Amino acid sequence: MRREAPKSVADYAPLVFPGFMLVAFFVVPFGTMVAVSFFQRQQGGFYTPAFIFDNYERFLSAFFGGVLGFSIMLAVMVALVCVAIGFPFTWLISKASRRVQVVWLVVLLSVLSLSEVIIGFAWSTLFSRTAGITNLLVAIGLMAEPRALFPGFGAVLTAMVYQALPYTVLILYPAIVRLDPTLTEAARTLGASPIRAFFNVVVPGLRNTIVATLIMVFVFALGAYLLPQILGRPQHWTLSVLITDQAIYQSNMPFAAAMAVFLVLMSLALVGLTLLVGRKGEAA
Amino acid sequence: MSTALTRLYLACVAIFLAAPIVVVAGVSVNERQNLTFPPQGFSLSWYAAIFTDDGWRQALVNSVLLATLAATLAVLIALPLAWFLWRRIAPWANVFRLLGVAPFVLPPVITALGFLTFWTTAGAYGQWWTAVISHGIFFVTLPLVTLTLGFASVDRSLVEAASTMGASDRRVLRTVVLPLILPYLVSGFAFVFVLSLNEYIVAYMTVGFTMETLPIKIFNALRYGYTPTMASVSVFFVALAALIFGLVAKFGDLPRLLGALPAEES
Repeated sequence: MRREAPKSVADYAPLVFPGFMLVAFFVVPFGTMVAVSFFQRQQGGFYTPAFIFDNYERFLSAFFGGVLGFSIMLAVMVALVCVAIGFPFTWLISKASRRVQVVWLVVLLSVLSLSEVIIGFAWSTLFSRTAGITNLLVAIGLMAEPRALFPGFGAVLTAMVYQALPYTVLILYPAIVRLDPTLTEAARTLGASPIRAFFNVVVPGLRNTIVATLIMVFVFALGAYLLPQILGRPQHWTLSVLITDQAIYQSNMPFAAAMAVFLVLMSLALVGLTLLVGRKGEAA
Repeated sequence: MSTALTRLYLACVAIFLAAPIVVVAGVSVNERQNLTFPPQGFSLSWYAAIFTDDGWRQALVNSVLLATLAATLAVLIALPLAWFLWRRIAPWANVFRLLGVAPFVLPPVITALGFLTFWTTAGAYGQWWTAVISHGIFFVTLPLVTLTLGFASVDRSLVEAASTMGASDRRVLRTVVLPLILPYLVSGFAFVFVLSLNEYIVAYMTVGFTMETLPIKIFNALRYGYTPTMASVSVFFVALAALIFGLVAKFGDLPRLLGALPAEES
């Protein structure tokens, strides 16, 4: 059956239900949130329709700037570490047999689907004094006595890399697994060592993929919500934590919505940049 | 890279990925209510507690119900949309594809807050079914992607043959296309099911104060310190996810689902 343009109204019937659901429960909620971000907050958690920019003006405070700066710094670090670990890793498993690849993919998907709550709990156990990794170091004589490694920035960063690494690998996987194997073979035949072939042929060939992945992982890490709360101190809280805190505990929905709109704009700009990089890559 | 170096690198990543789960698994078999590793004594009673303790069992039932209904809804939205986009030439309909992908690309807190403001405004805040709709929309990307891949893999000449022989569109869909894309449909369902089971923030912002799903229950319990059931539930979830993705891999082509080219005939 060839693809054809819809001829009658009835041909559009399959779109009715998906279209309705997506508009009613994604576009409308999104619009509601944008609208609320301009509303006037009343005492006691209520808000009334208005068109004011007060909620956006609050961004100009030093506190907000600090949180935003920290969120971005954390997300950049997570993205860099994940791609640095994940890129060689993905390349290595793409060389393995299909069977081995499937095993790795199942493992990665299982870790990726893990709840942030579970990841946070697991790392807090691993970093705890009584059941943590320091006990192992004590046992082999590297440390005098076990101690807790959280709350702290290192704990937050480690757990976030743990959460984002499978995501990184799964974004990189299609591009790397489709990479023409004759390229590296040619490099090898010409006498390059495997490591040299990797850095001189594979990495430059996938430069655009790497940039796109960095941005995708950055946006993913920007959404971190529970890990900074479970493993960090209040100064390690991210914009997502702040948004939830304002919405639920401070009952300041307009301000929370304004921050969310800001986060959307930032993410959209970055995703747009990813698409642009990707398109350039195809043209080249 | 030399084989030894490759193995070492892969082993390091494997240890990193496995370490938290191993420790939690160890902690979960402690005999007493202690957070110690290596475990003292051995007992599976904390696994039994998931099903015998009223609070945990209720949370488990809530989560499984939510995940099943949300996955069903996501597939029901994605299937006609993916079919239409495959069958018809209608460029503007790609707007819906974009809408279907958007919730997954944006930071989850945004979708969650959108639902929170929406359900509050609509006066339905806290109703259990709002979580079903929210998760169904939030995860609709997954079946949309798997089904799009599935339709792309259907050999159009098969469909052509069926319709030349006089089968109606509907009949072609039911007897030729659906059986061919079934593995993709099932994997889309499975992905939503597992992710919904583990999802925290959307569930928290929609029904967090009226209904406890397992992730919400774990987080609430975590605030008041440690209970070993948290550990056993976590291990249970990891095992469940591995089992489901393992099944998807067994009956479908997982590398292809995740973007590799189709396996070569060999």
